[in-house]
Amino acid sequence: MDTRLSEDDLAFQVEVRQFLAEAWDKELAATYGNIATMKEGAEEWQTRLYHKGWVAPHWPVEYGGTDWSVTQSFIYNSERAAVGAPEVLPFGVTMVASVIIAYGSDGQKEKFLPRILKSEDWWCQGYSEPGAGSDLASLKMRADLEGEEYVLNGSKIWTSYAQYANWIFCLVRTDSSGRKQEGITFLLIDMDSPGVTVRAINTIDGFHHLNEVFFDNVRVPVENRIGEEGKGWTYAKSLLVHERLNIAEVASSKCALTVVREEAREEINGGKSLLDDPIFAKRLTDIEIELMALEFTELRALAAISEGNPPGPESSLLKIQGTELQQAIQELRMDVAAYYSGTLQGELTPAGLGHGFADTAQKLYFRGRASSIYGGSNEVQKNITAKYVLGL
Amino acid sequence: MDFNLSEEQTLIRDSIARFVSENYAFDQRNAVVAMEHGFSAEHWQQFAELGWLSIPFAEEHGGFGGGPVDTMVIMQEFGRGLVAEPYLATVMLFGGLLQAGASEQVRENYIPQIIAGELQGAFAYLERQSRYEMTDVVTRADKDGEQWVLNGEKTVVLNGGAADKFIVLARNAGEQSEEAGLTLFLVDASSTGVQRTVYRMTDGQEAATLSFKDVQVEAVIGAVGDGYALMTPIVDDARLAICANALGAMEALNEKTLEYCKTREQFGVAIGSFQALQHRMVDMFGACENVKSLLLRAVCAAQDDDVDARRSLLALKVMAGRAGRLIGGEAIQLHGGMGMTDELSIGFFVKRLMIINSLFGDADYHQQLFAALVNTPASSAAA
Repeated sequence: MDTRLSEDDLAFQVEVRQFLAEAWDKELAATYGNIATMKEGAEEWQTRLYHKGWVAPHWPVEYGGTDWSVTQSFIYNSERAAVGAPEVLPFGVTMVASVIIAYGSDGQKEKFLPRILKSEDWWCQGYSEPGAGSDLASLKMRADLEGEEYVLNGSKIWTSYAQYANWIFCLVRTDSSGRKQEGITFLLIDMDSPGVTVRAINTIDGFHHLNEVFFDNVRVPVENRIGEEGKGWTYAKSLLVHERLNIAEVASSKCALTVVREEAREEINGGKSLLDDPIFAKRLTDIEIELMALEFTELRALAAISEGNPPGPESSLLKIQGTELQQAIQELRMDVAAYYSGTLQGELTPAGLGHGFADTAQKLYFRGRASSIYGGSNEVQKNITAKYVLGL
Repeated sequence: MDFNLSEEQTLIRDSIARFVSENYAFDQRNAVVAMEHGFSAEHWQQFAELGWLSIPFAEEHGGFGGGPVDTMVIMQEFGRGLVAEPYLATVMLFGGLLQAGASEQVRENYIPQIIAGELQGAFAYLERQSRYEMTDVVTRADKDGEQWVLNGEKTVVLNGGAADKFIVLARNAGEQSEEAGLTLFLVDASSTGVQRTVYRMTDGQEAATLSFKDVQVEAVIGAVGDGYALMTPIVDDARLAICANALGAMEALNEKTLEYCKTREQFGVAIGSFQALQHRMVDMFGACENVKSLLLRAVCAAQDDDVDARRSLLALKVMAGRAGRLIGGEAIQLHGGMGMTDELSIGFFVKRLMIINSLFGDADYHQQLFAALVNTPASSAAA
């Protein structure tokens, strides 16, 4: 039993810190943080990572991955989150690339993987439909084979950043006769195809990221199908497992909690720092204690993976507990901001508004409500844990 | 990163698990708890023969030289079986204090006796008024010539009935709750002026109220006035030990509850098929895994003498208390009326968890210590 870092890992940690100090500067953080310039910011960040060779660490080396150990990935993620740098947007590098690498043809790998690495394509994910959310397999968007093309009709919803994307990967229905999990096919679709339209969905956080995407007789060549027709569900499921492991975001929550603590220290109520309020201190430390536990639950899962074993049953909790803690921190920060948590900064500066972080706090709070809904809602996660871990 | 047990640790774990499965079925445990002092002297001899009583002691005194991981393994397995023998009181606390502070002669006399299973001990630190502040001590130690003499009363002394000797925390100087001026004394239970009133705890273990009237001590443990500093790391080791014990009990409760929900039928189906119950059991599973993660964290930090050790230990004690309450309450609820009876072991596990929560300070008390530690500016950066 030993959780200390080796000499090599400590050296790697130094290298990561040096890279981040140069590559994630204030200017880039500001560009990325503003919705008007977010796309440029993301592409610049990914380009800097690409030049370092770190944009897709989890890929096989032959396609541009890094061959990092599990510990190295953990170190990179912890250090990245500690400086507030974002994860690379997952839709291309993590989601569709994993499926292309595992199940795609040689032609698809040659065509798409280099463009993903260089941020030349922006991908979005077309899974959910208006009638298929947590019950994803009940999706209905049709793809009918006509000669060498599929003809698509239907719509996808909750599509993050579809307004920026030039490619979308979709689960579509090619057969309705059998079990609902069968007859689903995985397609790669050029967003510039005739018949594709994108509608923005305004959300409670005031930040345009969600969209509905409509497909009206969109023609997609068969060569853009991943693997076999009707196997899309199997391909997508392997990817969902990846999404769940990634979702705890312990390192980011640790960073966020430190920020809230320091903000609370400066908030004076009746001549006393908010940190000295016993009820506030209880809430803050409840979160910190659970986060300390979750950090080791994640390490336990990583240790298992690094030994070539599947992560233990405890990893099924990462999504539920990780998102509950993210939301608890966001909620606490709203309370630290007091009256200002209800203000919109708009064109004002923080000084003009009279408060430094309230605008950010309320945006993160409302955006954060989504984390217990996406990737399989937390209630669905509990059903899955009950069935597969507890055997109920 | 490596969370695996060594080969030796695996062997210890397996041998305790075997002992528990052969000797600690529900009826067997009831028979043990009904014995004098609430445990089996025969089992204790078996522990000695198997070498379990030697594990935390230094090799120079015939011990195994074990560390926090070994303690965790032993106490967790004991918790799974709700083992009644006083390992915490005699080996961890009494033995731990002797090893940490006694003179070489006292250690040579008594540690081999503990290892051989011939000596029972107890640590008497609590008083009526002290609640969770261990420094709140009014029992007096005064010098009569070269001889220290004790006067006062100690309460809830675990294993106080069977103990042949006590280590007593008494005040030789200072104000009522001062850290300085406290000293640890070795006292023979048969000394003139010692009176003990023995009773049972809810989980079946024995405790005692001890009163001292002009009692002559056998030896001073550690330096005079330095008792609090001496006992703190030993009490911290004991905190780790009882949290491991609690984890074992929680694992057992979760297994029993899950099994019950899979077999108990109502409305023509197993009650485990109801989503309302499934989600509650997922929460019980999550609470147990939280304790396990913090236990591993605290054990690794203690083993490496890491800066994070104190923070991890406090977090663990908070979580073990809260999770114990949740899992205990839910286990009774999901067993329905049967959970209320003495015909199942559920209630006994719950009682053990309730006692562990209050031992050395409950979850609320430890959370205050935790908040004071992490909210001071210097340490918050480590979060």
